[in-house]
Amino acid sequence: MTGKGPQTTLPDFSISPRIDQVGVEERASRFTKRSIKNETKMNGLKLVLNMIDLTTLEGKDTAGKVKQLCYKAMHPHDAVPGIPTVAAVCVYPSMVSIAKKALEGSGIKVASVATAFPSGQASRAIKIADVKYAVQQGADEVDMVISRGKFHEGEYNFVFDEIAAVKEACGEARLKVILETGELGTYDKVRRASDIAMYAGADFIKTSTGKIQPAATMPVTLVMLEAIRDFYYKTGKMIGMKPAGGISKSKLALHYLVMVKEVLGDDWLNNHWFRFGASSLANDVLMQIVRAKTGLYQSANYFSAD
Amino acid sequence: MATAISNRLEVLKTYKIYIGGQFPRTESGRFYSPVSPSGKKLANVCLCSRKDFRDAVVSARGAFGGWSGRAAFNRSQILYRMAEMLEGRKAQFMEELVLQGSSKSNAEKEVNLATDRLIYYAGWCDKFQQLFSAVNPVASSHFNFSVPEPTGVVSIIAPQGDSLLGLVSVIAPVIAGGNTCIVLASETKPLCSVTFAEVLHSSDLPSGVVNILTGMPSELIPHFVDHMDVNAMIYCEKVPAVQKTIREKSANNLKRIHFYDNINWNTDAGQSPYFIQDCQEIKTTWHPVENIAGAGGGY
Repeated sequence: MTGKGPQTTLPDFSISPRIDQVGVEERASRFTKRSIKNETKMNGLKLVLNMIDLTTLEGKDTAGKVKQLCYKAMHPHDAVPGIPTVAAVCVYPSMVSIAKKALEGSGIKVASVATAFPSGQASRAIKIADVKYAVQQGADEVDMVISRGKFHEGEYNFVFDEIAAVKEACGEARLKVILETGELGTYDKVRRASDIAMYAGADFIKTSTGKIQPAATMPVTLVMLEAIRDFYYKTGKMIGMKPAGGISKSKLALHYLVMVKEVLGDDWLNNHWFRFGASSLANDVLMQIVRAKTGLYQSANYFSAD
Repeated sequence: MATAISNRLEVLKTYKIYIGGQFPRTESGRFYSPVSPSGKKLANVCLCSRKDFRDAVVSARGAFGGWSGRAAFNRSQILYRMAEMLEGRKAQFMEELVLQGSSKSNAEKEVNLATDRLIYYAGWCDKFQQLFSAVNPVASSHFNFSVPEPTGVVSIIAPQGDSLLGLVSVIAPVIAGGNTCIVLASETKPLCSVTFAEVLHSSDLPSGVVNILTGMPSELIPHFVDHMDVNAMIYCEKVPAVQKTIREKSANNLKRIHFYDNINWNTDAGQSPYFIQDCQEIKTTWHPVENIAGAGGGY
């Protein structure tokens, strides 16, 4: 796996492990068949809520919308006591300072997408400037996109160097690397991109921007979790995971937690190492929590839109 | 030749439920076997659970925006189309009604009446609004008017006696008014309801507007009335204890409740625009206007 020179420990990414598609999909479907008892389910739901990166990434975002989202992040549903806050609010760089101010003192992180999100089709200089601007505005976490075009061309060094450069520009901020698995096409490529990102300095690897379908799926997330596991065994370094896009139901989110527990173990079952990128998931989780407490199926009418 | 025919295995119909435009089996995997008055087993029918109902509410809620937003005239066209499809399957419905204990002539009468009832409500789709709307006199410079709007998602326990006619009579006014619904079919006579779902399926009715479940009212009524995302409930039997339960539980989210417990669906009393009005909310709008007298009558 390792290169020839004694000074380097970088593996040859062109020989990243191949993925057995049928096996991965079968394995992923098994995680949806665990029986979860009521008390565990309640704890799971609260954990899911606490792992959410509450996200708004739209051209029509306004300061008002972001402030409202931040309020929702801090007070998901005050009618029920004991509900945790979400992990972070995820916005565009231009909204970071607004979110930072709104969330002051709450302990909730501000994550910012950067590097010409979502396409990533810009020069290196612009991407780095984008990252530096987000960090300077106060972002605790930066979500970058990889250059999928270069990746498909086999320019793995380019992709690697770019991630490393962005990591350097992040400074103290944690870096999440978005692979945009919906554009990569095969599990083999997802695995390879995961390896590149982790070796280049990612703190998190993330499935999708949410702008491309398919976004996060369980098999793709499984491939990435296994890459994280293998990386941990080789280097002793923990990497976080963030599936994003398409996870809007609590039940599915609980299936993801089962998968994380069974692939990576309890160490990853907290919002420092695992996140959900979502917007509508939060309300579904809240509705399930209230249903568990009252026994009544809930209506979206009684929960704040955002 | 005769032996060849008698050797043929009869192809029996699987009576499945209708949720969101699909025909799934109950998630519970349970079934029950209703019998005819003469004691003959009619079929194995899904014994639906709380979760089937929950799924049905999700699809009814999802369909509400689109259905209530359609032009009233288009809803009318679709109800008429349902009548056309029902007419075309007349023989099948008659056969099922006879299996469930009806006489042949009564069965024919029931199918005819059910078809006519759909056409009756198809006609009302774009007319009840005028009847129930009003321009209100007010003592300020406002144009003040009230219009009906659909209540939302309606849960319905269909009449137990009239398998087809009862079902049609409670569904038609609810959807004519732009609501979506979840209906529990007659427990002892469920055959027609499942076949009626096939009529709906081939009538341009958007999926999720009508969802049909089969099972036991005693088990499902608490859930039909408990759900916070259901806005109204219709119950057709005269069982005081059940009516009391419904009244109490509906208070959770102030559901509208209607008891159609004294209605002979076989007569003209079984059809009226007031059934449509039962699942409508009146919205009043105050629209500021100029002081008409002062402005010199430019209005």
